[in-house]
Amino acid sequence: MYDIKALYQAKSVADAVALRLAHPEAQIIAGGSDVLVQMREGKRAGAELISIQTLDEIRGVSMDDDGTIRIGSLTSFSHITWDPLIQKYINVLGQAVDQVGGPQIRNIGTIGGNTCNGVTSADSASTLHAWDAIIELTGPDGIRRQPIHDFYIRAGVVDIREGEIQTAILIPKESYENCFGHYIKYAMRSAMDIATLGTSVNVRLSADKKTVERARVAFGVAGPVPLRAVRAEELAAGQPVSLELAERFAQAVKEDINPRDSWRAAKDFRIHIAVESAKRAFIESVKLAGGDL
Amino acid sequence: MEKHQLQYETVRFNLNGRDVERTVDVRASLTDMLRNDFRMTSVKKGCEVGECGACTVLIDGETFNSCIYLAVWAQGKHIRTLEGVLGPDGQLSDVQQAFVEEAAIQCGFCTPGFVLTAEEILETGQEYTDEQLRKLLSGHLCRCTGYENILRAVKKAMYRRLGKEPPQ
Ligand SMILES: Cc1cc2nc3c(=O)[nH]c(=O)nc-3n(C[C@H](O)[C@H](O)[C@H](O)COP(=O)(O)OP(=O)(O)OC[C@H]3O[C@@H](n4cnc5c(N)ncnc54)[C@H](O)[C@@H]3O)c2cc1C
Ligand code: FES
Ligand code: FES
Repeated sequence: MYDIKALYQAKSVADAVALRLAHPEAQIIAGGSDVLVQMREGKRAGAELISIQTLDEIRGVSMDDDGTIRIGSLTSFSHITWDPLIQKYINVLGQAVDQVGGPQIRNIGTIGGNTCNGVTSADSASTLHAWDAIIELTGPDGIRRQPIHDFYIRAGVVDIREGEIQTAILIPKESYENCFGHYIKYAMRSAMDIATLGTSVNVRLSADKKTVERARVAFGVAGPVPLRAVRAEELAAGQPVSLELAERFAQAVKEDINPRDSWRAAKDFRIHIAVESAKRAFIESVKLAGGDL
Repeated sequence: MEKHQLQYETVRFNLNGRDVERTVDVRASLTDMLRNDFRMTSVKKGCEVGECGACTVLIDGETFNSCIYLAVWAQGKHIRTLEGVLGPDGQLSDVQQAFVEEAAIQCGFCTPGFVLTAEEILETGQEYTDEQLRKLLSGHLCRCTGYENILRAVKKAMYRRLGKEPPQ
């Protein structure tokens, strides 16, 4: 038995919004892999829950008319990894979420929960930052869209307003077209472990594959919320593809990251793995994009 | 402290091929309901926080830790527990038989979960490398066997189903 004060099961997105307004104290539960564990730990004991678990209308991956890739907030990690659109256009996201927990957790956990928890180590978060994802929220006044960068306010706190729920994560065509990326999760164990550092890089090369048109890099656990290393990105843009560029790009990430000491790893060690991971992920991304290194 | 109001809901679902119905406390986990209301005691209570896999069941063909799943969410689902993989006269399934042959069981607490995950893996009809199988089995903890015999058993069952000889 869980220490749940009351459970309200939403029957549709509109119903979920109504329930949010009627029960402002209640917490949303999607897959439950954070909420129920925290309830067991006592952190959320006695809470009222609004369950959105059964809202199939916000589950699954599809493409909007303008080519935007729409990932319903309730889509589980395993369904993202196996989705043909993700495999074709944003393979790195499927690769990243395939490193969450273990197989059962990947069937349970949703990408909405992974972003709404505001956790910096969330395995989808760095890749979504690196691909300029747009968060779609539905509330009493309709739909609100927001860049993922602005959605994260501080550790554990995201911009979900009164009556709102997150309904989708959008990746615009301009963001994914001709882009190839790679994610590196650095953790102590290869399964069932939280990232010590997560690094997601993606590149778009020129038609002749000799020049980096655009490179993007984001980290989890390099700061209180996932963050982009913009100076490294600026340095790489327009530069000829080379191993030397990979090295300079990787060194430049130090200018933007701000990891801390924790029991998992010391700050200096995190900086070290950030540089090394950025380099490896950059090289791998360039190769995936057809570049020669 | 304020007293909780008791809240019940009726759930209808399919359990091991049979349509069933129960009225459950909304605070119950799926593990609670399967063990207490249906006597499916193969569903073990291990960590109860999603870490160990002892409570694994198949929901619409996918493995879930039933300890972090609310019983009321079972509504309309097809749920399989270890009791559902046995043959009509209680015969062991091919996966279970392979576990016996490979001595992949000691205390047996983790076994139902492993067997159901093996079912999910083998139902894809694909051939996996050892490395892939290790990853696919990584959501289960076993305190006894050291995992090698479990890996061997799943591999054996996989090759038998594929009708192939395992590579030496
Ligand atoms: C054993 C174990 C291992 C794990 N390993 C990893 C790991 O390796 N990497 C990793 O990143 N995570 C890991 N997790 C954490 C967890 O599985 C993920 O964060 C998952 O994505 C949470 O999704 P959920 O649907 O289960 O969230 P829930 O628990 O349902 O919700 C999480 C939070 O988001 C809110 N929320 C959920 N959906 C919405 C929505 N649509 N709108 C508004 N708010 C919402 C909830 O109110 C809650 O605060 C692990 C968890 C467990 C139990
Ligand atoms: S009892 Fe459910 S995962 Fe351990
Ligand atoms: S056989 Fe004892 S826990 Fe696996």
